[in-house]
Amino acid sequence: MELTQVTEETLMKEFQAKIDADAKIEPNDWMPDDYRLHLIRQISQHAHSEVIGMQPEGNWITRAPSLRSKKILLAKIQDEGGHGLYLYSAAETLGVSRDQFIQWLHTGKAKYSSIFNYPTLNWADIGAIGWLVDGAAITNQVSLQRTSYGPYARAMVRICKEESFHQRQGYEIMWKMMKGTKEQRAMAQDAINRWWWPALMMFGPKDGDSPRSSTAMKYKIKRETNDQLREKFIQKTIPQAHLIGLTIPDSAINLLEDGSYTHGEIDWTEFWKVVNGDGPCNKQRLAHHVKYHEEGAWVRECAQAFEDYLMK
Amino acid sequence: MSKLDTQGQLWEVFIQSKAGQSYKHAGAVHGYDKDMALNNARDTYTRRGEGTGLWVVPSKEIVAVTVEGDISFFEPATDKIYRHPTFYNLPEGVKNM
Repeated sequence: MELTQVTEETLMKEFQAKIDADAKIEPNDWMPDDYRLHLIRQISQHAHSEVIGMQPEGNWITRAPSLRSKKILLAKIQDEGGHGLYLYSAAETLGVSRDQFIQWLHTGKAKYSSIFNYPTLNWADIGAIGWLVDGAAITNQVSLQRTSYGPYARAMVRICKEESFHQRQGYEIMWKMMKGTKEQRAMAQDAINRWWWPALMMFGPKDGDSPRSSTAMKYKIKRETNDQLREKFIQKTIPQAHLIGLTIPDSAINLLEDGSYTHGEIDWTEFWKVVNGDGPCNKQRLAHHVKYHEEGAWVRECAQAFEDYLMK
Repeated sequence: MSKLDTQGQLWEVFIQSKAGQSYKHAGAVHGYDKDMALNNARDTYTRRGEGTGLWVVPSKEIVAVTVEGDISFFEPATDKIYRHPTFYNLPEGVKNM
């Protein structure tokens, strides 16, 4: 017993030394339980978000205003599915199966980003999602390229390369609409009015209220805090909005002499409401995923039967 | 939820980014057979012309060792510094070596 304790302590010391030296942790390396559990939770939540995020956008494939925009939207949604797969693969290296992750999603044990619980009401919402939602995701993901877990970091590098197309296609939609008719400009403004605050909420609770932040920072799973990342996003996005004539729905925004902006505070009551399942589309999104997963069961069974047949 | 269903076995994916270059590990996919694993790897990892070649290998077939797992395994490589060109002394002024 004595010996085991000493060994554990030594392993922990070596592990933290690796983290402190910015070395990557790989799947078969020793890691403390809270590191593994944090990663399982964070990476699978990230994967689920990519996949559930296909739904609000998929809503507009049949109604995209041109063949060009339809093809782009299809490619973007396919990317999101691919990003989900990169992340599930990274999460599976921690010793949990794909089936298990999906079951945890379906039973509500695992969460996904609350942003996807908001509806997409008009075409400009597709612009707002690409520009603001993917923009916020990129801000977070660029930082995560330096995360301490090797498979997660490598998945992030791949994802970041692909995401910048997403943000640009979204901004292009907004820009086009702002150059259009009075009605189109109103639609674009309506979209940013509804998406601005939820996009800022994507970075998670305030640093002081984020229960697992300290583990994540100590182990360098996260490299920057929620508030630091949120601030970065706010500062770079405000001028992008102003450039194409959009107003940010925050009366506290003022340009300071040093070129930065002041801004208002998130409505945290709404944040916790949506996180805890009371958003506009929570039930619909999950029910959709469960339905199609179950309806696809026969395909998996056939494929499995075929594999078994080949193995005989 | 009923029983856990299966999603096929895990395959590691390797991509050759240009003809003549070595294959590099990219990630993993699920697939029930070789063809499906290749198709899934193409759809997942080469949507933007990232590859001129793809390998998929059943993950369970990979045999691996790391320095963390077995320090002594790599030890023979550390004590023969004369294998490196920088080990040798050369006269001042020698060129093209």
